[in-house]
Amino acid sequence: MPTYRPGPVSLVLAALVALFLLMPLLAVIPVSLTPSRMLTMPTGELSLRHYRSLIEDPRWLDSILLSLRIGVVSSAFSTALALTFSLGIWMFQPRFTAMLVGFVLLPMVVPPVVSAVTLYFLLTSISGLTSFFGYDTWLGVAMAHSVMTVPFATVLILVSLSQLDRRIDLAARGLGASVWERATRVIMPNIKFGIVTAALLSFVLSWEEIGVTLFITSVNAITLPRLMWMGLRDNIDPAIAALSVILIIITVLVLAVRSVVVRIRGGV
Amino acid sequence: MRGILSDRMGAALLMAPLLLFLVLAYAWPFLGVVKWSFTLPTPGLGQYGALLTDDLVQSVFIRTLRIAAIVTIVSVSAAYAITVVWVRGTPAQRLIAEFCILVPFWISVLTRAFGWVALLSNRGLINTWLQSIGFISEPLTLVRNEFGVIVGMSHFLIPFAVFPLASAMRSLDERVLLAARGLGSSRMRTFWTVFVPMTRSGIIGSAMITFVFSLGFFVTPAILGGGRSVMIAELIYLRIFQSPDWGLGAAISVVLVVFVGALMAILFRDVKPKELV
Repeated sequence: MPTYRPGPVSLVLAALVALFLLMPLLAVIPVSLTPSRMLTMPTGELSLRHYRSLIEDPRWLDSILLSLRIGVVSSAFSTALALTFSLGIWMFQPRFTAMLVGFVLLPMVVPPVVSAVTLYFLLTSISGLTSFFGYDTWLGVAMAHSVMTVPFATVLILVSLSQLDRRIDLAARGLGASVWERATRVIMPNIKFGIVTAALLSFVLSWEEIGVTLFITSVNAITLPRLMWMGLRDNIDPAIAALSVILIIITVLVLAVRSVVVRIRGGV
Repeated sequence: MRGILSDRMGAALLMAPLLLFLVLAYAWPFLGVVKWSFTLPTPGLGQYGALLTDDLVQSVFIRTLRIAAIVTIVSVSAAYAITVVWVRGTPAQRLIAEFCILVPFWISVLTRAFGWVALLSNRGLINTWLQSIGFISEPLTLVRNEFGVIVGMSHFLIPFAVFPLASAMRSLDERVLLAARGLGSSRMRTFWTVFVPMTRSGIIGSAMITFVFSLGFFVTPAILGGGRSVMIAELIYLRIFQSPDWGLGAAISVVLVVFVGALMAILFRDVKPKELV
């Protein structure tokens, strides 16, 4: 059977777009190898000094550890909340399902800058009550990140639930399983992949979150993107290029592994 | 009887934590921001009046709408070109297209903006290269202006524009295209008169997503605009942290939410949400 394939014009245009998409990612490689202390193209020799400064400069290491901690805590929290909520929606199909899901998705739809102002209001209000949970604290950042990532986790879990055959749950129910048993022993094992994906996505979104973080931190809770932002705005530190190269390599590797896994599993 | 009761209880218990969390950590503080917009610095509608009269605020609003419109056209067209190959190419072409779409999608907005700085700045890749081949003698100004902002934002938004287009193209009946070709229509004509009209819902969805996203953009304009082409989001940041004028920052935020809400309402009236994903 013949198929409809893109013609030469389409291929050339798509290639140009592909080039545009990859260009800035490739451009950071030569910059990261410059021996200069400023953002320039290397002219003669190459140097790894900016990669070394990532390890030797405690500021980079501290912010990497902080971002990891915030990412893990906020991802666990938002995945747990998203999971219980989605189970409630799927098992009981309450009357206002559309409204409830719509409300939960708000932080994903509202312009991020408005969410940032909102979370700034929240954390500065809390700061007056307690000192370790408010503005510019790591717990405050973790909470704000959970607000921002929970809609994405919910969407992923709801999507994997929607692909689940309701009859297995009905069977469990008919055989007398309690709500707890149905959730933990019948439904959750069947949406494992969706739950793990939700946790991973929440982690990644928190790990690279900058829009909200800028509004709710100043000097103490300096996450990795926050430190990159500071280095980008003042005079540009080529260590950012070295860090970018490492992050890009990790992304490419993870995507490659994922596509192999998907190919083996034969699904999404 | 026991069944119905425990069902309700179960649903409430399972859904309560997230709903409670978002009410306390999102809905309540948002109402606080709305309150700021009416009470700071003095109670009343003063801040909203200022929005209508302040020249700076007005010029920022107009610039934001203009940049968002240009970015939407650029991103949707570019996304269309690469999606055609991603959906309808040979397996090898598909794999390459997927790689080029997903890798930038997963890389942080900061890294991507930084990549454009490395390419476009005065001592960046493009200027260094153009000078070394003697094409220009003075570096071109490619960042810290609207050009840089548009390039960076389009780059960020192309992958987002791809997904609605891809789902429209996937659901399209291939036999119609083959029929058009079989009846002697040229490639160009088949594309413009059959293929494009049949992906209309995807184009609308993709344009709306891109436009709505670009209205609230903060990081890319702040880095690539270099403080010279300020957009709404950056103005809110400046009003809250630099000039401290929390009331005005809050009022701009409220207007932005209302505007985006209205746009979404129009989108979901014309296109069913299911057609987008």
